[in-house]
Order: sequence, then structure tokens, then C-alpha cells
Amino acid sequence: MTLHPGAWWLWGLLLAVAASRTTNPLLLGLVIAVAGLVAVACRTEAPWADAYGVFLKLGLLIIALRVVFHVLLGGITGETVLFTLPEIPLPSWAKGIRLGGPVSAEGLLFALYQGLQLATLLGCIGAVNALANPKRALRSMPAALYEVSVAVVVALTTAPQLVASAKAVRKARRLRGDGARGWRALRTLLVPVLEDALDRSLALAAAMDSRGYGRTASVPAGTRRLTSALVLAGLIGLCVGIYGLLDGQASPYVTFGLLLAGAGLAIAGLRLGAKRVPRTRYRPDPWRWQESVVAGSGAIAAAATVFVSASGGSGLVMSVVPIEVPTLPLIPALGVLVALAPIAVRTR
Amino acid sequence: MITFDNVSITYAGASEPTVSNLDFTVPEGELCLVVGRTGAGKSTVLRAVNGLVPHFTGGTLTGRVLVDGRDTAQFPPRELADVVGMVGQDPLAGFVADNVEEELAYSMESIGLPNAVMRKRVEETLDLLGLAELRDRPLATLSGGQQQRVAIGAALTAHPRVLVLDEPTSALDPGAAEEVLAALQRLVHDLGMTVLIAEHRLERVVQYADRVLWLPGGGEPAIVGEPGPVLAGSPVAPPVVRLATVAGWDTVPVSIRDARRVSAVRGTHTALNAVRGTLTASNAARGTLTSLLDASGVEVKYGKTRAVRGVDLRIGDGERVALMGRNGSGKSSLLWAVQGSGPRSGGTVDVRGQDPKTMKPAQRRELVGLVPQTPGDLLYLETVAAECAQADRESGMPSGSCRKILDDLVPGIDPQEHPKDLSEGQRLGLVLAITLTAVPPVLLLDEPTRGLDYPGKARLAATLKDLDAAVVLSTHDVEFVAEFADRVIVMAEGEVVADGPAAEVITSSPVFAPQMAKVFAPLPVLTVDQVAGALSA
Repeated sequence: MTLHPGAWWLWGLLLAVAASRTTNPLLLGLVIAVAGLVAVACRTEAPWADAYGVFLKLGLLIIALRVVFHVLLGGITGETVLFTLPEIPLPSWAKGIRLGGPVSAEGLLFALYQGLQLATLLGCIGAVNALANPKRALRSMPAALYEVSVAVVVALTTAPQLVASAKAVRKARRLRGDGARGWRALRTLLVPVLEDALDRSLALAAAMDSRGYGRTASVPAGTRRLTSALVLAGLIGLCVGIYGLLDGQASPYVTFGLLLAGAGLAIAGLRLGAKRVPRTRYRPDPWRWQESVVAGSGAIAAAATVFVSASGGSGLVMSVVPIEVPTLPLIPALGVLVALAPIAVRTR
Repeated sequence: MITFDNVSITYAGASEPTVSNLDFTVPEGELCLVVGRTGAGKSTVLRAVNGLVPHFTGGTLTGRVLVDGRDTAQFPPRELADVVGMVGQDPLAGFVADNVEEELAYSMESIGLPNAVMRKRVEETLDLLGLAELRDRPLATLSGGQQQRVAIGAALTAHPRVLVLDEPTSALDPGAAEEVLAALQRLVHDLGMTVLIAEHRLERVVQYADRVLWLPGGGEPAIVGEPGPVLAGSPVAPPVVRLATVAGWDTVPVSIRDARRVSAVRGTHTALNAVRGTLTASNAARGTLTSLLDASGVEVKYGKTRAVRGVDLRIGDGERVALMGRNGSGKSSLLWAVQGSGPRSGGTVDVRGQDPKTMKPAQRRELVGLVPQTPGDLLYLETVAAECAQADRESGMPSGSCRKILDDLVPGIDPQEHPKDLSEGQRLGLVLAITLTAVPPVLLLDEPTRGLDYPGKARLAATLKDLDAAVVLSTHDVEFVAEFADRVIVMAEGEVVADGPAAEVITSSPVFAPQMAKVFAPLPVLTVDQVAGALSA
């Protein structure tokens, strides 16, 4: 028995919120460590369980890219110049852009912090991907979004099939002497692969239709319009709220107010929309106390960091001019450690 | 339960109807078999039962189709999901979920059944079809027979009154086909389900049928009735039915058991036994042959799986070899490895002193030709003429060579036709012609009989017999092997488990024995033509 994918997504996203409010390398490192530990401890034998490693590598690449871009293009200048690259003079219309030139320790550190923050966000998402079955997550979508989730599931299955089909055709092509090169070769590959994909989609669509996909209950037009309005308003509220949350400049009351109102409107809309879809769900993932613990631990991590950041606490945003030795801020660190809770409640 | 009332179906853009003036009724609890040549409209009739024709495919349907009292004109397929369960040709293409249990539940979810009912029905269906130990398995990892049973189960969970199956055993090996048919028979006998099946492999299903609907195609009226009499008049008939005609029996048996009985009563067995000396198998193995292809210790590995494990294969000049064995026993991998275009992780292959693997693809095909399982993968141009011209260029042959071979194989294909629009048999003919343009001394075919009807298979067997090349083909079709092969190799788990003259190998196993061998055991007869020859002598 695995945990509800929704719980993992909440946990991961809230951990990412915590990471988004700090550039402190110690705290970011702690978040990566927590996410990694949970991903390793709670993962299953499923094929997507290796996702964390992939995301971690992607994170390292992002740090490297951020640093390389800083070295080449410059940005923050500081007093401690480490080395100077030959500067390429640019015409006057490109004023403000610099190629090469002095590279300072301060600038390098700034780039490193920023890269690390991005990598941490990716690590959180990676951990979720390793822990939650992507298809089950889609199955847990609200009934009103059922059609969308089916489309995504079908797309997810079609992608590997396209690869398999392309391999088969390439293999078969060798039987004809493999005469074509370049653009012609691509064409000779594309035509059968696309034909095959089209045939498969038609077969699948026919099968789904025969099996009752798309049965709808009739709903009055007024209700339909109300549904759309509610969902749209709710999503706008959520978007603005999340922006405020990540940005950290807006008043927390406004931010949370918007978030709550948005979520409420969206949920009402989806509930109303679900009336149109008469389908039921086979063995839905239950939401038990374990799921609440997982999601709650993520919420505590986010809340601790957001609270300290909003109340102007020190140690979250590192200053680079002058360079500051990072110290671990106590409350956010404790909050992030709470996010280890899934290990305690994991069910095997 | 199913009533077709003067139904004609015309697809958009077609000049004449695919089926016309169809009038028949299938009572509740019967198994009705739809037969006919390729393109006679079998799939069209099946898809009309749940409204896919015309709601999904387009086209015009005149007349009325009633299923359980519902008119398909008013109910689209999704609204009939609780009345008609539909199982398509390729089960994998119709799967929506990713594991067995969720796939079984899908129809019930769409209909909106409560969770408790779904749980109960999924468990019942798992037991009914023997799928319990597969419940968590991803669908793509199942064998063909298992996939087919899951597809049937997925249609059953909605508790439909009618089950419609389009060629449920065509792609299966004899063992897996038995599995599926046994499950179907159970549904008809125990649950009183009405079943409509279209199938090319009549020898497998006809003994279970209560009724046969024969679509002669070409505007002729359809014929419905008892299996024996209807099939006796049709060009698509299993060997036992053709035996009745050849031996002059007035009752037409459809099962081996009935045929043995009639044969005993009518003295056919005795008559054959009297002339058993003349029963030299037409395709008996010939003496020692000059070796043309010599492969030894061939190994094929995919990751950790060893698909082919040290197979030795010697093919003599002009030999006709059938490669048999379960799905996944390594037949295709062996053919591809021998041709040289597929992977080979060990062993040697020698064709006329050369290893095809080390050659360029263009030269390789002049040594060994291979027709893959889906011949369409080889085609990519817009017209038959363009494909032929391309084949001439690829093989360095004078233009018109490929077209000439094609005309010998399948005459009368319009050169401007799109290869996609050809029938299964015509497409196979085109790919065969393209492969033969290079004049390879060895020809390999991977399951060429899939989707061919009886006349199509007879034609293929005749064509391959006339070829001036050694032919190795993999197939599940024992009747075709009886017609065509002089040597049979049986593979299991990537190894060769039997290799010998066709008559010996296929008659010694009940799974691989053709119908004539079963009817006249222990006499060494394999085909109806042999019986006819012996009786007229």
C-alpha cells in the first residue's frame, strides 16, 4: 500500500516553497538532504522510483550553467577579483551587456547560491516524482477534469509506443538496403511511424468509445456557465496567491486570503462540474492520517520559513557584498527537519 | 438478442455498400461465427452491433440494428457499453489503463457503478478467466493469450448481454488460442452470453459455433444457418468441411470428433487404409541437400533476456522450412539474427561462404531476404508503382522487375493504389515482390499468414513452393504448415526442441497436428488434397 499521490505532491510543493524563500546554502542543502532521504526511504520498486537521481543531476547541470553564464556575462561585481577574462568589446547599442571581464568571488558566490536554489526546487519535484505514481496522480484528479487527465494518460502511453514503432520501422528499413539518407531517410521513417500512431489512436478511441468513455449526464446550461466562471475565478485567485507567496513582497494576509478564496472557488467549481460526469472510481486512493501527516509536515516546513522570512528574520537571504559566512537559521531548519516525518509513517 | 433488419452499410466515398440487405437474428445464448473472405465486411458487421458503425466510423447505415431491444441509431457506442462488450483485433491497442486490475475496472468506472460492485466483479472476472495471479502485472508485459483474456475480461465486467470479438485468436499460438476459446465457451455455456465472433482460423472455432453467418461479399446476399451446411458452400472452410466435399459425405462435420465418426460410418478410413502405400506425403523431406545456409550456436540477447540460446540451423538448397513455437519462443529473433539486420550476440552464420552481418544492408538483401511480421513497415511511398520503381533501384535491377514479380504473385493490383489501401494479402504480395526483386537465394518470412484467409493462404503456399529459393517461415498456422513445409523446426525458450520432416514433427504433437492427421490417425495424412489424391487413385 502506497500513500496517496496528492499527499506527496503537497509535501514536495510545500518543501519547494520553503526553499524558494532562502538562498542560504546550509538551509538549501538541508532541504535537498531531507527530500533525498525521504525519496530513498519511501520509494517503491516502481520504474519511476529512480526519478530523484535524474532530477538531482539536472540540478547540478543548472548550477554549472548558472555559474558559467555568470563568468561569461558578468552580473554582480565585487572587490575580490579572482581572475580577469579577456573582455570582448561590444558596439554601443549593446550597452549594459558585457562579455568576459573581471570575475569576482562575490559574483561567483551569488551565482552559486541562485543555482543552488533552483537545483533545490528541482530536487523537491524530483523526490515527488520518485514517490508518487504519475498515472495514479492523474487518476486522482477531480472528475470535472477527467477528460483532460485521460488525454494526458493516453499521451504518456503513446510516447513509448512511438519510440517502439520508430525502432521497428528503422529495423525494417534495413531490409530494403537502407538507401535513403538525410531528409529522405527522415521522411521514410516518419510516414510509417505517423501512420502507425494514427491507426493506434483510432483503435484506442474506438475501444474507449465502446467501453463507455464520455458518457455524460445532461446538465442545464446555467450550471455549466456557473461552473466555468467559478473555476476561472478560482484559478486566477490561486495564481495571484502563489505568485505573492513565492515573491515574498506582498502582505501575507492578502496572499493567504487570495490563496484560500481561490482554492475555495476552484473546488466549488470542480464539484459542480463533476455532476456532468457520472463515472465512479475503482479503488480510489484513500486519504488516511498518514497522508495528513505527510502533507502537514510539508506545511510546517513551508510555514516556518515563510514566517521567519515575513517577520524579517536573519539568515535566510545571504548577502554577498560583503561576503557573509552562512549560519543555519534555527526555526526554518527545524521546520525543514519536520518534513522528514514521512519516513516515520511510511507503510511498507 | 441481435437483430439486423435489412441493413446496408456504405462508407463515405465508397461507390457501393460494404454489406447490403443483411437480415439475420442471433438468439440469446448462442455463439455465432461470422465468416467471409478478407474485405467481405466482417469487421463492419461486428462494429455495427455496438454502433461504432456508423457513429464512430462515419458512413450511412440503412435498415435497423437492434441489440437487446435498443436501436443503435439512437444509442451511440458509449451508451451501449453495458449491453455490448467489444474486443478489437489488437488487444494491446485498446488498453486504457496500465495494469490488469484497473483495465478490468475501466468500463465499470465509465458506467458509474459503485465501488463495492466493482470490487466484486473484478474479483469474479479474475477467477472466471484465470487471471488472478496477473492482477498487478503491467499490460504490456503479458503474453498474447493473456492480453486477449484481459481484453475479454475488461469487456465482461460491465455485464454485457452480448460479446463481440474480432479475430480473437488470429495472432495467438495454438496453446494460447485454446486458452481463449475455452474461456469463451465457458461464457456461452455457463453464463448464457450471446457471442459474435469473426475469425479466419475456422479450424479453431467452428466446433464451438451454434450458427454461422457467411458474407460472400461482392453484393451477394449473406447466408445464415447451421455451421456445416453453410461452410460447405463457402470458399472459406476448415479442412474437415472440405474433407466432407472431397469424400462425398452428405453430412458435413465441423469437429474432429464428428469427422472421425462419419469417416468410420462411411468407410473412408478403411478406404484410405487400403491404399496407405500410396500416401506418400507430398512434402516429404528429400535426401541430402547441398547446404545453403549454415548457422551454428546463434545467440541473441536483449539486456539480460536470452531470446535465442545457441541455435544451429542448416538450410539446404530449395528446402521449405516452417519454424513453430509459442509466442516469445525466439522465432523472430532467430530469423532477424540469421538475416543479419537484427542483433546477434554469438555464433556464426554462413550463407554461400559469407556472413550477412558483416555486409552492407544493400548487399545483405541480395543474399538473404526477410519479410517482417508487419510488412507495412517496409512501405513508405504513396503508390504501388513508386514502391516497385524504388525496389528496382535498390536492387540495381532493370525497371519493371519488381512489377513483373508482383504480377506473378498477385495479379491485377492498380499501380496508382496507395499501399495502405491494399488488402492484407495484396500488401504481403507487394512486400514479397520487393524482397524478391533482389533475387535472394534464401527467403525468410516472419508470420506471413496473419490476416490471410484460406484462399489467400493456399495462394501463398503455392507461390512459395514455386520459388527458386530456400524458404524459412515462422507461423502458428498448423494447416498452412501441413500444406507448405517439408521440414519443421519447433522452438521453445530460445532453443530448438524438435527438427525433422514435417509429417513426423507435426503429427507427433496434439497441439501442432493438422485436422486431417487427427481425423485419420494413425495414417500419415496431413492435407485434404492428399486424401483426395489417395481416394481417386
